[in-house]
Amino acid sequence: MDTPRVSTEQVWSWLGEVPDPEIPVISVVDLGIVRGVAFDGDECVVTITPTYSGCPAMQVIADAVNDALHARGVAKLRIVTQLSPAWTTDWMSETGKAALKGYGIAPPVEQAIDISGLRSGVKRGAFKEPEVQCPNCGSNHTQLTSQFGSTPCKALYKCLDCREPFDYFKCH
Amino acid sequence: METNIVDANTAKIDYLLRQGDNALILSQQLSQLCGKGPALEEDMALTNVALDLLGQTRMWLTYAGELEGQGRDEDKLAFHRDAHQYRNVLLVEQPNASYAETMMRQFFFDTWHYFLMQGLLKSSDQRIAEIAEKSLKEVTYHLRRSGDLVVRLGDGSDISHAKMQAAADELWMYSGEVFLYDDIDNAMVEAGIAPPADGLRAAFLEHVSEIFAEATLTMPSPDAWMQRGGKVGRHSERLGFILAEMQFLQRAYPGAEW
Repeated sequence: MDTPRVSTEQVWSWLGEVPDPEIPVISVVDLGIVRGVAFDGDECVVTITPTYSGCPAMQVIADAVNDALHARGVAKLRIVTQLSPAWTTDWMSETGKAALKGYGIAPPVEQAIDISGLRSGVKRGAFKEPEVQCPNCGSNHTQLTSQFGSTPCKALYKCLDCREPFDYFKCH
Repeated sequence: METNIVDANTAKIDYLLRQGDNALILSQQLSQLCGKGPALEEDMALTNVALDLLGQTRMWLTYAGELEGQGRDEDKLAFHRDAHQYRNVLLVEQPNASYAETMMRQFFFDTWHYFLMQGLLKSSDQRIAEIAEKSLKEVTYHLRRSGDLVVRLGDGSDISHAKMQAAADELWMYSGEVFLYDDIDNAMVEAGIAPPADGLRAAFLEHVSEIFAEATLTMPSPDAWMQRGGKVGRHSERLGFILAEMQFLQRAYPGAEW
């Protein structure tokens, strides 16, 4: 049977409705995990990239992408995992950043350092913790509590004005 | 000569196992501290680093298994090999004896790991270069943190300073095995797959010396005698205990799956 082929734009739009399993207010597209959608004949090929190499959500994300596209009638689907270029928070959309903030997680505040800049990245004093805005009260008067938070992608901060602790999505 | 190279593919598989096993054993050791960190923030940091290393392990071992072509995946390689088949350096199997030793072990490992991943970015093997690119961002974060803690504890109280100095003196003899290249490492250098030892060692010594100066710690002699053997499967008895716990399920119920 000649099945009408859906457009890649349509697939992107469907994927934009697949939430990240750990932070459900942001979609896998807004997080920058989906790197490509293409058709190989009648097979849909979705390329995804892991955020952190040990992220336990990756399998769940692949399953969710699979389920979402099958449910919308994409019969043949292949999910390809791509390591390079490595995922960066620079790929997070403005929509995604706004959604994070609304959810109480401070979004990444600056461009992530590129690989070539990493040489000076471990020199003491060469790296400054960024100024992070409190997602609750908007104050910039905040302090790093812990470089690691509830997931690999987040650090723990506290607001020195409203006194609320909050998660910060690290630049990566 | 410690090893007999059969062919370039076998050498590469061994090199990949070394990378994967280093990350795996250190990850397992750090994860044993889950719920036992000296502070909540440290507990989370140790387990997050463990998780990153476990993710990196999967990439290395998966590639090793594919090249081997015997149907061994990451799980089979992790759970179905005994101690003498493990290729990790002796440093990562040193015990979580105290927090000072845990952090000093991490600092020595992270420093070498960081410069190695930088070198591997230029690997002639594209898959290795990609794994290094993915790992480097995480490793950079690890090294920033362990360097910070070495400074804070070394230049802290008299007691923390003494503990960090003792940890450095105790672990130093395990810090050099990664730079003692054998036939396998040299084959990787010749093939343009891995960076040579000299540059890595110089970068390692420079960084350790900078951090130690700031931490008011005395760096042991770079010319000190170094322990070796892990890379060819000669391990301390400690590795057997680590594997006994890590592999318990597969030993008790061989072939069990989720």
